Amino acid sequence: MQMKRRTFAKGLMAGAGLVAAPRLITSARAADPFKAAWIYVGPVGDFGWSYQHDVGRKAVEAALGDQVKTTYVESVPEGADAERVLRDLATAGNKIIFATSFGFWQPALKVAKQFPDVKFEHATGYKRADNLATYNIRFYEGRYIQGVIAGKMSKSGIVGYIGSVPIPEVIMGMNAFLAGMRTIRPDAKIKMVMINAWYDPGKEADAAKALIDQGADIVAQHTDSPAPLQTAHDRGIKGFGQASDMIKFAPDSQLTSSIDHWDDYYVTRVKAAMDGSWKSGDVWDGLKSGMLKMAPYTNMPDDVKALAEKTEAGIKSGEIMIFIGPMKAQDGTVKIAEGQMLDDGAIAKMDWLAEGVEGQLPK
Amino acid sequence: MPFRLEARGQNSVLWSWLSPVIAILATLIVSTALFAAMGKPAGDALYTFVVAPASSLNGLAELGVKAAPLVLIGVGLAIGFRANVWNIGAEGQLILGAIVGGGIGLAAGDREGFWILPAMILGGAVGGALWAAIPALLKTHFNASEILTSLMLNYVAQLLLIYLVVGPWKDPEGYGFPQTRLFGDAATMPILISGTRVHLGVLAALIAVALGWLLHAKTLLGFQLRVLGQAPRAAAYAGFSGAGLTWFALLLGGALAGLAGIFEAAGPIGQLTPSISPGYGFTAIIVAFLGRLNPVGVLLGGIVLALSYLGGEQAQIALGLPKAITGIYQGVLLFFLLAADLLVGYRIRLVKRVPAGGAA
Amino acid sequence: MNEFALITSVALSVISASTPLLLAATGELVTEKSGVLNLGVEGMMLVGAIVGFAVTLGTGSAVLGVCAAALAGAAMALVFAVLTLTLLANQVATGLALTIFGIGLSALIGSGYVGQPLQPLPKLAVPGLSTLPVVGPILFGQDALVYLSFAALIAVSWFLRRSHAGLILRAVGDSHDAAHAIGYGVIKVRYLATLFGGAMCGIAGAYFSLAYTPMWAENMTSGRGWIALALVVFATWRPARLLLGAYLFGGITILQLHIQGFGIPVPSQFVSMLPYLATIVVLVAISSDRTRVRLNTPACLGRAFNAAG
Repeated sequence: MQMKRRTFAKGLMAGAGLVAAPRLITSARAADPFKAAWIYVGPVGDFGWSYQHDVGRKAVEAALGDQVKTTYVESVPEGADAERVLRDLATAGNKIIFATSFGFWQPALKVAKQFPDVKFEHATGYKRADNLATYNIRFYEGRYIQGVIAGKMSKSGIVGYIGSVPIPEVIMGMNAFLAGMRTIRPDAKIKMVMINAWYDPGKEADAAKALIDQGADIVAQHTDSPAPLQTAHDRGIKGFGQASDMIKFAPDSQLTSSIDHWDDYYVTRVKAAMDGSWKSGDVWDGLKSGMLKMAPYTNMPDDVKALAEKTEAGIKSGEIMIFIGPMKAQDGTVKIAEGQMLDDGAIAKMDWLAEGVEGQLPK
Repeated sequence: MPFRLEARGQNSVLWSWLSPVIAILATLIVSTALFAAMGKPAGDALYTFVVAPASSLNGLAELGVKAAPLVLIGVGLAIGFRANVWNIGAEGQLILGAIVGGGIGLAAGDREGFWILPAMILGGAVGGALWAAIPALLKTHFNASEILTSLMLNYVAQLLLIYLVVGPWKDPEGYGFPQTRLFGDAATMPILISGTRVHLGVLAALIAVALGWLLHAKTLLGFQLRVLGQAPRAAAYAGFSGAGLTWFALLLGGALAGLAGIFEAAGPIGQLTPSISPGYGFTAIIVAFLGRLNPVGVLLGGIVLALSYLGGEQAQIALGLPKAITGIYQGVLLFFLLAADLLVGYRIRLVKRVPAGGAA
Repeated sequence: MNEFALITSVALSVISASTPLLLAATGELVTEKSGVLNLGVEGMMLVGAIVGFAVTLGTGSAVLGVCAAALAGAAMALVFAVLTLTLLANQVATGLALTIFGIGLSALIGSGYVGQPLQPLPKLAVPGLSTLPVVGPILFGQDALVYLSFAALIAVSWFLRRSHAGLILRAVGDSHDAAHAIGYGVIKVRYLATLFGGAMCGIAGAYFSLAYTPMWAENMTSGRGWIALALVVFATWRPARLLLGAYLFGGITILQLHIQGFGIPVPSQFVSMLPYLATIVVLVAISSDRTRVRLNTPACLGRAFNAAG
């Protein structure tokens, strides 16, 4: 039966049905697989942000098998094109669509209005609708653990931090890293370099070299490629991976890596869309729910490893708060008073660098 | 080599229409084979890349939206290339058009006023032209090649745009993301066909084609630009000002690219973000040559390229093919289209015997 | 870190940022000197990068990998040559199409290689010399492709200025009609020059995937092909200036990262503009001699030639 329908569909496409819109083929039948789609800003071969989302898509296929049919469109520019791609995906019968980059928020909002029956999900965004949910990972939790490890492992107390473009996600990560590091070394400093491009492994490597030359003995990154970690490995110092476990690229250097783990979230949401229990909302989870995972703690003494594990457990249990006072900005103004903590809104909008970060944000 | 090319002396009108048809047929044969190799039915290539994207009103509208910036920029570049002015900086000029025009739109805020849109459009053209004026100045006064200067300024423009959207122009309500506020209603390009995304920029592209054709075919200036390109010495003897024509070609190309920028930003995008253009400034170079540097040809070239982009999306959506296939398909399509142009100017004569040491 | 070590290490960074530019630009310079403008550098580099990576990973031999990358680059250039030299297609547009094609082809070949590590290209240490302070690692401790970039530049410089074949190549680029009338095989010379350019771009790509950042990721050259093209113009088609251009650009790229690291109170976007602005400023400074620039520019650059025409 399954076989037959597929042949029929292909016949339509190939032969007489040239003028028939794809809609005809996808007109729902009871046993048709549920269609879910993803759009990525980069190629799936970037081994970073988009690659990791595609790992999540494959997890949906693995978990739900024949019940789902997944589709993805890669390298969709964050400009005028995204709206068309989203609309075409909805027209093609996809019932849940994940837009996995910040710049897709406006197209997702527009297309969600046009297709009230289709569920939309927008990663890292803040605009929601009845059929448009948002979701993100608390990456900064992993940064804090990295900072604690760096505090123990660094001799110079200087960390080199490579970012793409100074957005709140990068800023909160840097501040969390420093907060973690300063629990061990109150004099810790971060030197930052922005490559001002979304993707350029060569420049990421160059940036790591420059930071190491300026005295950094730990490399952290908010860019996606393994290049900075490879550089650290080459120079015989330690560093952290990003997005996926990069231990293969730096077996003697990677201390740990913050792994974006979209798999479970995607499976849960697609299932919810299938059984009708899907609701719009905002999910911003981290270590506790498993959306963020830490790669094994390697290349460090046992006491540091134990401390890292304890920190991880503390964040999971809620014992350790990350953005908790006192915390000062670069210019010394108190940003979080003693005994206070930042709420999620303030964290999400963070636009100040903590005391100890060198470098300037555009005003 | 078993054939020889014989110049026709005059371009063949018949072949100038027939050669693209042959090229497209050849592309379909190759892409069908490619699809077969990827395990897809043969008819899918034709359907996905050619029929599906243009099989509905909305599809045609999207084709227009995608082609508009390519055509707008392509018309300007074609005029410049004819004059041997190598503007590789349309991408940067597009960005500056978006910045200047968009800056006016942001300053207007939620104000109403009939003047806002015209001011933004004018700002877009001026912004693009001013950015192109830098290579023009460096070329005419300092002899610096516009290929290098205009190319390098693309990167500078992109960095300037990033600075503005993460810095002074950042949306205060935007959670710190790299974007400006949305343009107000009075600062957004009107939609020409309701229910689609066809905006003022699509009409502007068509007007640019018409005006470009008039300039090209009917004016002395168009003639001078052609002479400058074909025979710079003759142009000098005839008293045409090389510097003046260089200025004209760059400013015109910059203005049209700047227009494309503001139409995109205040049209389908609706705000300034770091990614206004997915490389339109570069793709438009191909469009210009695909159109044989003729404004009407640029229109057709822009449509062909836009169709291939839309087809690439369909290949991913309907067939699950990776984007890499689109790149290969586009490459092959362009190869055939460019090579088939041979038939316009030349006859192919088979040669029975190749003399030793003949043409390689 | 002491000062010697710092100087050494910064110099090494500059070398690795400049080497791929120099390799690709040297190849393109020869192509352009013959009158052929191939804008497909980026596409040829990417195909070279993935083929070099795949062959090195598959065979375990970096030598084979680099050779395969050169062949792959040359094969891409052959497509370009057939289209533009035999079928007289427009060179500018065909070159851009070659880049689109190369991005797609490399992504397709590379889909199975994403996320795979590779040992970086070994440094060829000259015994006794490579341990000298500063000059040791810089002059005697590089990988083979760095040496190759210099060797190729010197060889090309000698070839163009001193050899008979180089004279023919320049003649073909300056006036194909005259060269044809004398009896030189214009098309044959241009084919060879184009293939050489492609091979060098392939090697430049392999430098990325084997030495600079030893891995494969889609689009990993991130636009360096365009910079290499610009450098040929910057050099006004003279090899010595190519060296200046590649190291100026690579050097200021590293410098701007250091400036950022020092934490100066200027937004990083402006600091990141420096390599591009510096290239423009230096070009303006060295272009004032109009006659000299014109003399070095291949007069037939980008123009089709048909012997029977």
